[in-house]
Order: sequence, then C-alpha cells, then structure tokens
Amino acid sequence: MTIAFEPWMYVAVLPEILLVVLTLVVLGLDLALPEERRGGLGWLTAGGLTAIILVGFAVAMPAGEPRLMWGGMLRHDWLGFAFKLTALFAAAATSLLSMDLAQVGKRGEYYLLLLASTLGMMLMGSAADLVMLYLAIETTSIPLYVLAGFLTRDDKSTEAGFKYLLFGAMTSAVMLYGFSLLYGFTGSTNLYELASLAQAGQLSLASVFGSLLLVLVGFAFKISAVPLQFWAPDVYEGAPTPVAGFLSTASKAAGFAVLVRVLMAVFPGIQPYWGAVISALAVATMTLGNFFALSQKNIKRLLAYSSIAHAGYALIGVAAISMPGSTLGATSVVFYLITYVVTNLAAFGAVAAVGRVTGSDEIASYAGLSRRSPWLALVLLVALLSLSGMPPFGGFVVKFAVFAAAVEVNLIWLAVIGVLNSIIGLYYYLTVLKVVYLYRSEEEDKPMPVPGGYALGLLVLCVGILLIGTLFAPWFSFSSGAAAALF
Amino acid sequence: MTALQIIFLITAVITLGAAAMVVITRNLVHAALWLIMTFFGISVLYVLLNAGFLAVAQVVIYIGAISILMIFAIMLTRRVQQDFGPQTNAAWPWALVIAAALFGGLIWIFSGWGNFFTQAPVMGERADPLRQLGMALVSPEQYVIPFEVASVMLTAALIGAIMVAWERK
Repeated sequence: MTIAFEPWMYVAVLPEILLVVLTLVVLGLDLALPEERRGGLGWLTAGGLTAIILVGFAVAMPAGEPRLMWGGMLRHDWLGFAFKLTALFAAAATSLLSMDLAQVGKRGEYYLLLLASTLGMMLMGSAADLVMLYLAIETTSIPLYVLAGFLTRDDKSTEAGFKYLLFGAMTSAVMLYGFSLLYGFTGSTNLYELASLAQAGQLSLASVFGSLLLVLVGFAFKISAVPLQFWAPDVYEGAPTPVAGFLSTASKAAGFAVLVRVLMAVFPGIQPYWGAVISALAVATMTLGNFFALSQKNIKRLLAYSSIAHAGYALIGVAAISMPGSTLGATSVVFYLITYVVTNLAAFGAVAAVGRVTGSDEIASYAGLSRRSPWLALVLLVALLSLSGMPPFGGFVVKFAVFAAAVEVNLIWLAVIGVLNSIIGLYYYLTVLKVVYLYRSEEEDKPMPVPGGYALGLLVLCVGILLIGTLFAPWFSFSSGAAAALF
Repeated sequence: MTALQIIFLITAVITLGAAAMVVITRNLVHAALWLIMTFFGISVLYVLLNAGFLAVAQVVIYIGAISILMIFAIMLTRRVQQDFGPQTNAAWPWALVIAAALFGGLIWIFSGWGNFFTQAPVMGERADPLRQLGMALVSPEQYVIPFEVASVMLTAALIGAIMVAWERK
C-alpha cells in the first residue's frame, strides 16, 4: 500500500510540528535565561500549548472522509483530533499547576520532558501503523519515567520513577512481541491493512487472539487496568503531584485511544471474544480500584485507586463497542475520557496546591481546609463530586453515557455492576469532603496562598467540569464526531 | 532437513544455552561473556533471515559497544563480581508454570498459522538493501515521521538521563 505524499499533510500535522518548535524554544530559553527568570517558562509552555490548540482548531480539523497520511503512519480523523487536543489541554493545565512547585516549576527540563511526552500522546491518538504506534508509546513513556522520578533527592519520587520504568519496560516488551507476531502473520504493519486482511479471513482466529492478548498487556499497563494496575498507587504517591495528575489523565486517555483504535481496526472478526475479555477487565478493574480506595489514608493513593476504578468505567464503554449494533459505545468512551481528564486534573491540581503549603498528602491534613482556603475546598468539592458522578457536574453525564452504551447492547449486568461501584466510590469521595468541610484543625486560621498559575488552571478546569455537566450537548456532538470516524 | 534448518537448530541451541548461562552463572564477568555469545547467536539468526544489515549492526553495536561497556562497568565497580545469595525464591514453581503455559500458548498460536511448516523462500540478490533502508527512512511516503519522532524521543531521553544522573550541589 502506497500513500502518495500531498502538501495538505503538512497542515494536518502542524500542531505536532509547532509542539516540537515549542519544545526547542523551551530548551533554548532554559540555557539562555538566568536562573531567577526561568519561572516564566511555565507561562510560556502553557501559553504556547494554548496557541497550538487554537491553531489546531483553525487549520488541522479533519474534514470529510478520514484519510491515511505520511505513508500510512498517521490517520487524519476525529478520534485522533479529539485525543490530540485533550493531550495538549492536559499538558497546558499541568504546566500551569507545576510552575509554582518548589524544585520543579523553575526548571526547563521539566517542561521539555512534559512537551516531549505530549508529542508522543498526540501521535498515539492518530497512529495507524504498528511502527508509529510503538514509537509514539515510547515517546510518551520515556519522558514520563523521568518526570515521575524528577525529585532525585526524594526517595519516594526516585522509587516511583524506577518502578514505572521497570513495569513500563516489561509490558512494552510483551506488547512489542505481540506487534511482531501480527507483522509476522500478515507481513504488514499498517493497522488498516491488517484490518482488511482479518476481514478477508486470511488470519486464523487463534493467532490473532493470541497476539491480541500480548498487545493488550501493554495497553492495560498504560490505562492501569487490573491485573496491571499495581504500579499506579506507588507511582502517583511518589511522583510530583502535577506529574501524577498528568499520568493519570493524559497518559491514560492516550492509552484508551490506541486501545479503541487497534481493537476496532484489527480485530473485528473476534469481537465476541474480545467483548468477554474487556468486560472481565472492566469488572475486575472498577471493583478492585474502588475496594482498595476505601481504606486509603493518603489522598494521592486514594486518587490513584479512584483512577483505576475510572479506567474500569471507561472499559464498560469499550466492551460495549465490541458488541454488534453499538452506536453509543465509541462516543461514550471518548466523551468519558475528555471529562475524566478535566476532572482528575482539577482534583490533582487542588491536591498540589494544598500539598505545597502543608507539605503533606495525608487526608487528615485536609482538616479545616474549608476555613483555610474556601476556594480550594470548593475546587476539591467540584472535582470529587464530578468523579463520583453527581449531577450537575460532568462526571454524571458521562457515566450515564457509558452505562447507556452498555444497556444498549444488552450488557445490562455490566451496567449494574458499574452503578454499584459508583455507590462505593461515592463513599470514599464523601469521606474526603467530610474531612475538608466538617473537621476542625488548629491551623485553620492560617490562610493558604494560591499562586496565580494554580488559580487560573483550577478555574479553567472547574468551569470545564460545570460546562460539560450543564451544556453537554456541544461536547456530545464533538465526541460523536470522533466516534463516527473510527472506521 | 535442509542445511539452513540444521544451521538454525545449532544456532538456536547455542543462543538459548548461552542466554540461560547468563542468569545461571554466579560470576558477573562470565555472565557478560555469555551475553556476548547470545548476541552473536542472534546476529547469525539475522543472517539466516536475509537481514545482513541487521546482523552487522548487531555485531558492531551489541557485541562491539554495549557488551564492552558492561564489562568495563563491572570491572570498575567494587568487588561485587561474585554473587553468593540464593538464585531462586519461593515463587519459582509458579514462574515455571506461567512460563510453560506461555510457551505452550505460543506454540498453539503458531501451529494455527498456515505458514508454520513452509520453507523460507530463497531471497536471491536484492538491490542494495542499505540504500533502500536509507531512502525508506526519509521518504514521506514511508517512515519519515517515525524517523523524526525517534530523534525527538532520543533527545528527550538523553536530557532525562543527564537530569537524573547529574550531581546537584
């Protein structure tokens, strides 16, 4: 298969090109600026990313039929576009939330690694070739390993970085083995060519299913689905808080993007088997995540288990896609992830803002927060209630969407388990809010300063949560555009 | 059995045996030397697969550079060249079961694939594979995007490695 090169392909990857340019500018300024003036790098990164989002909307929006480009390496479609913008948005918010953090916010390397990882995520969303996909996943992961261990003086951060590296390397080796089997069986690395071969019945079911399981190991690690979830709590706890937020949102969303694309493109012939595997993963992931979250004393560990549970809810939507006749499945997954990214970034942002003043991530240290900083407490309230799926916040609408997608294809038992799990989730989110709003502490008359970067970042995120929850129609059509163009 | 198959079997036995010795031997320098043997076996496999360029790259990079670097690193570190601790832990039967299941599963997958028992075709004289490789890496109709992304990734990895290793005052 040859795809002729045409000039529009430059425009389609303009956001990626601009991102590389921004990375180089950050690298150059880090060298050129004196140390005390490097605080502006965070604003530059956030501003640059915002500009790239606007450019993306202006010129790189897919129109008409989805097309393969750059020799079949990338695909210009709504799925890729939606996840591209989500990654850029998450990176912009993360740099706003990092710039006032000691030992992190004034270092050029931090923003450079963040941007390199974002480039990988953007390409993960639109990669249509196994070679491109593997490179994109590694471009995402390698900077994240360093970012998780960024505080080299801090034992927990070092442990987080190292653990993430070891598990990541192991799972990506297994995934690569699966890729090599797929290539060996078919002689092609292009996902859509693989798809047409699979539909033509040229591949045996067993070989495809076996390769799928190996590939699934790498993806399950990225989205922290059970049984490859065990790294998440330790890594989130040790990593700098904004990095933990970035890991749990953008990295996970990109993982879901490739999961949906690869499974839908390559394996339509074995959808029933795949549906069973994904349903089992969904049940195990949300149940385990929620049960372990119940007993957590550290808010970052709690959010880690909650993010595992949320991967489980999103997997309900993925399971629904695999059933014949699903119209809501892909829509609900894309929609769920966009909302989850916004919400969880707000939660981790509030945790970072509190942690930089109190120096602790224990839930007990949140006592009296509503008196020390009513606005931060409110952000936490909005974020946690949205995570638990309460109206009028975004989390409610999207949970409704994935459950509806499951019901639509007669996976009612899966939707029931999802609802039961949401109730468990509500308990531990409310426990945190109880400490925030009802408990008193001796330090409650000390105010808690919130620097400008945090204020702006958290404001944007909270407005986003409320907008999705109340005016969800435009978001819904945005996501359904993404889902409709999957094939 | 053709000559190619006999060579393959001998190479496979040597490669796997050397790989096992890497983890079995208690002397770190010996482990590094066995690792070189494994790399060498893999480069012979590349030759058998008509991938001459990869075979040369394997010898130059893995045997020539990486292994020597490892041996230097071992010799420069303190006297930890011998390991007297136990080499297995209590979970080894489980690991054995999982490994056996994985191996059996892979054999099962391969046996379902129609080409499992066919002979590899003879490639014959190809037109300059190195030139093709170079053109493929920079052609916008082939691999230019992965090629460029790899350079960004390696730069980021390099900067990350320096950041982790740099001694801060």
